[in-house]
Amino acid sequence: MSKRDYSLFGADAKRAVESGLTAAEWYHTEVPRKVMKDLMARSDRPAIRDTIILYGSMILFAGIGIALWPSWWSAPFWLAYGVLYGSASDSRWHECGHGTAFKTPWMNNWVYEIASFMIMRNSATWRWSHARHHSETYLVGRDPEIAVMRPPEVAKLILNFFGIIDVIKFFPNLIQNALSGPTAAEKTFVPQSDWGKVQKVGIICVAIYAVTLIAAISWGSILPLMVIGLPRMYGAWHHVMTGLLQHGGLADNVIDHRLNSRTVYMNPISRFIYWNMNYHVEHHMFPMVPYHALPRLHEVIKDDLPPPNRSIGEAFAEMWPAIKRQVLNEDYFIRRDLPPTAKPYREDFHQYVPGMMHPGDAE
Amino acid sequence: MPWIDACSTDDIDEEDLIRWDHGAQTFAIYHSPEGEFFATAGLCSHENVHLCDGLVMGHLIECPKHNGQFDYRTGEAMRAPVCVNLKVFPVKVEAGRVFVEVA
Ligand code: FES
Repeated sequence: MSKRDYSLFGADAKRAVESGLTAAEWYHTEVPRKVMKDLMARSDRPAIRDTIILYGSMILFAGIGIALWPSWWSAPFWLAYGVLYGSASDSRWHECGHGTAFKTPWMNNWVYEIASFMIMRNSATWRWSHARHHSETYLVGRDPEIAVMRPPEVAKLILNFFGIIDVIKFFPNLIQNALSGPTAAEKTFVPQSDWGKVQKVGIICVAIYAVTLIAAISWGSILPLMVIGLPRMYGAWHHVMTGLLQHGGLADNVIDHRLNSRTVYMNPISRFIYWNMNYHVEHHMFPMVPYHALPRLHEVIKDDLPPPNRSIGEAFAEMWPAIKRQVLNEDYFIRRDLPPTAKPYREDFHQYVPGMMHPGDAE
Repeated sequence: MPWIDACSTDDIDEEDLIRWDHGAQTFAIYHSPEGEFFATAGLCSHENVHLCDGLVMGHLIECPKHNGQFDYRTGEAMRAPVCVNLKVFPVKVEAGRVFVEVA
């Protein structure tokens, strides 16, 4: 059984480069150019509509929460506000970071900055880490956004449903960014030209949190923190739930997104919060397709993909037992069957992945 | 530098691009919304991905891998994660053919 080293400077990082994995070309389904151009086309309308609904709902829920504070009657409104703040901001950060949500660049940039603040990510750092996540998805030691490292630490995964691990990591990092720019690990993927920006964003965020904290202390109430900061914890559960499903329990060190990503059919509210990232294989294969066109892309390529999970519950029923098995055997992963219409997995690309050639050997 | 006959003007839709390989080099040739033609290096300056599967929007080419953008008329890097400009090549159109002056 292999022992994975997730450090960006570690043995697995070196091995991924030396074996040619990082330079390999990823599998993608053939889609006629005209169809793809149509799918990639940008539009402001869906994202403007969704952004008005999102920020309008947040103002409404927070307003009612404040008006009813400190009564328990305010709780449902905080829970609704929290999930929009602490979870919908994840998908807005993601999609606007790609620059595909809106057609107009400044709209993407504004929503990206606001969402980055709410989800507690330095906007100048994470733009680059996410580029790496796309080039080298779940390559151990290379992808800085691996949500479930093996062997999984289940307690940490559960704590993160309340944002606890993320928030504990975020503040020391933010203060370091504010004082001296990117950390050593961040410098491996943020180009030097942006190091100043990382520091500037760090200073602005520290200032906003300091003002919020001073307000809370001087008023003797946590209300300011209920609006800014805490919703990243009490509203995180939805983005953690959907985020785990993206790649959890699936293969690592492969160059075919059908093996390491998961598409799940979801209810309309989750799809609004998650901005259609439930079509995750499709998104990774074609990151230029905006969120609003992903259902159409799914229809075009679904015959070449493993069948999607039919619901969040079904996907968890598949993933959670796999994560638990990985606790004892970190080489274990779920290998989904492809439909007969799909191009087979390229075994020759993945010979060095334990269990890939003969599923079950890894057990 | 030699001018090489690369393709017909009809080979590229308006506001689109094609890949063109010549010798050991690979290029991207663009047809702008105004009907002009341009050529750049074919590979993105970020991670060597070919731009031919990218999206042309006005005078921008967006890379298919991480959505970095260049102005294909000047090669200027316009949007992260690209920060290094693309090499551009002179283009002329004669009798419905697109010629690229390769370096
Ligand atoms: S490879 Fe072109 S933007 Fe990354």
